[in-house]
Amino acid sequence: MRSRSIENLPEESSTRRMVLNIGPSHPATHGALRFLVELDGETIAKADAEIGYLHRAFEKHTEHSTWSQVIPYTDRLNYCSSMANNVGYCRAVETLLGIEIPERAQRIRLIVCELSRIMDHLICIGAAAVDLGALSNFWYLFNAREQIYDFTEKLCGARLTTNYTRIGGLMRDVTPDFLDGIRQVLKKLDKALREAGRLLERNRIFMDRTQGIGIISKEEAINWGFTGPCLRASGVPLDLRRAEPYYHYDEFDFEIPIGTRGDTYDRLMVRFEEIRQSAKIVEQALKKIPDGPVMTDDRRVALPPKQQVYGSIEGLMNHFMLMMDGITVPKGEIYSATEAPNGELGFYIVSDGGHHPYRIRVRPPCFLMASAFGKMIEGGMIADAVAVLGSLNLIVGELDR
Amino acid sequence: MPPDPVILEKLKEKFPTEIVSTNDSGEMPVAVIKKAEGHSILSFMKEEPALRFDFLIDLTAIDRQKLGGTPRFEVVYHLYSVTLKHRLRLKIQLPEEDLRLASAVDLWKSANWMERECAEMFGILFEGHPNPKKLLLFEGFEGYPLRKDYPIDRRQKIPVPEEKL
Repeated sequence: MRSRSIENLPEESSTRRMVLNIGPSHPATHGALRFLVELDGETIAKADAEIGYLHRAFEKHTEHSTWSQVIPYTDRLNYCSSMANNVGYCRAVETLLGIEIPERAQRIRLIVCELSRIMDHLICIGAAAVDLGALSNFWYLFNAREQIYDFTEKLCGARLTTNYTRIGGLMRDVTPDFLDGIRQVLKKLDKALREAGRLLERNRIFMDRTQGIGIISKEEAINWGFTGPCLRASGVPLDLRRAEPYYHYDEFDFEIPIGTRGDTYDRLMVRFEEIRQSAKIVEQALKKIPDGPVMTDDRRVALPPKQQVYGSIEGLMNHFMLMMDGITVPKGEIYSATEAPNGELGFYIVSDGGHHPYRIRVRPPCFLMASAFGKMIEGGMIADAVAVLGSLNLIVGELDR
Repeated sequence: MPPDPVILEKLKEKFPTEIVSTNDSGEMPVAVIKKAEGHSILSFMKEEPALRFDFLIDLTAIDRQKLGGTPRFEVVYHLYSVTLKHRLRLKIQLPEEDLRLASAVDLWKSANWMERECAEMFGILFEGHPNPKKLLLFEGFEGYPLRKDYPIDRRQKIPVPEEKL
């Protein structure tokens, strides 16, 4: 870590410490975040993070919504990969209900989760490079992300707030051209990755700005509660897709990239490699998507087919009850975690058997990384703080909830 | 992954009088414990070689006011072992009259912000916390918003700093 000593300087030229605010609205803070840093020259002597500017009371709101009404709120958690949040929440509720969703829905969920991971990492690497002054990577990478956006739009009509999954399955099936389209996107993604990779991987300035900066060791990363790419960059091979597989992740052939030093460079490069691995998973998943429905036929959660609604009293009543009261989830509690792009996204849900969740707690992955940020930048230079922040990928939506 | 029965057995062996109830039928073992030995149980969970819960995944609380039963609050710890790959949910019961609990920041640094959040949302006092300030809400916010008796439509005035020029 670069740091200068001021002890040897003559008395009259020694500097006073200065307090500097970075944020809440600063181009490098990626949302409404504020960092208070105490500077000794250009070296950070002390740092503290202040959050809460985007607190939307997600957890309180869910207690006053029906189970299905929570899904659109989850879009706004990590808005760079909303579909992964949708899947995380719905999977938790389904586990609590004891519902197994159809194979086709599982496979499509896996595909959209991996596409989300690609999208999230693209924006993270691109924005981190912009923070370091390298703009062209952003265009290359965002262009690829834009192509995926076009397909989420075809899938569910929205680009950012997708609201795609339902409890018990999916909002609707994919179209045949969707699948061909993703193959085209993956080709373009590959090109974008090669171009951006060429610009970054051996770039002297990029390496000097990121290597050996913001190091966090294996033990520290675990102690601070890091998950996802940031934990793996420190050398811990923990990935829920392998450790606790869901949606048949164990049947796919992919690798989990691991870093060695746990510095900013590793965190970004792990993400680069994860994009490639995710693309590999999507390619394999596209080869065989099982036929069948995308929604379970469990009438506790799924609307009956229109024929039954108009043709039988039971169907009509079923439809009305689901529309008016919503889903009822049996008494109980569950902690269900998925490997979201940023790390372990956990939903701890308590149900009292009513139409509303009794308590939903979201375990946001970047909350814990943000709490370690102050410690990570202490002793470094002020410019390094920006580099470290970019590599952590703090998404304020899930940080504040 | 099926829950590992060893975890609860070890816990029962070491702290037989502190356990209120255990459950091994869900997605992970659950243990509800009394508050008095809370910190030493957490510490035991982390250090015991057969358990090695080195990762505090999540910390939160539940206000059980509308679920009935006493005591009113439960602080919920979700633990994970990176080396042994098992999980545990540990609940510490807190009666409404005495909402003090020993902080776990000395065991896991990840407890730091989660305890701060839990404290401002439920009013639980974590004794020995290094920095017990508000995290998500503004200074001067009154009440504890995630308690069941806090109405969802209550509005509060944001205090204006007086030193404005």
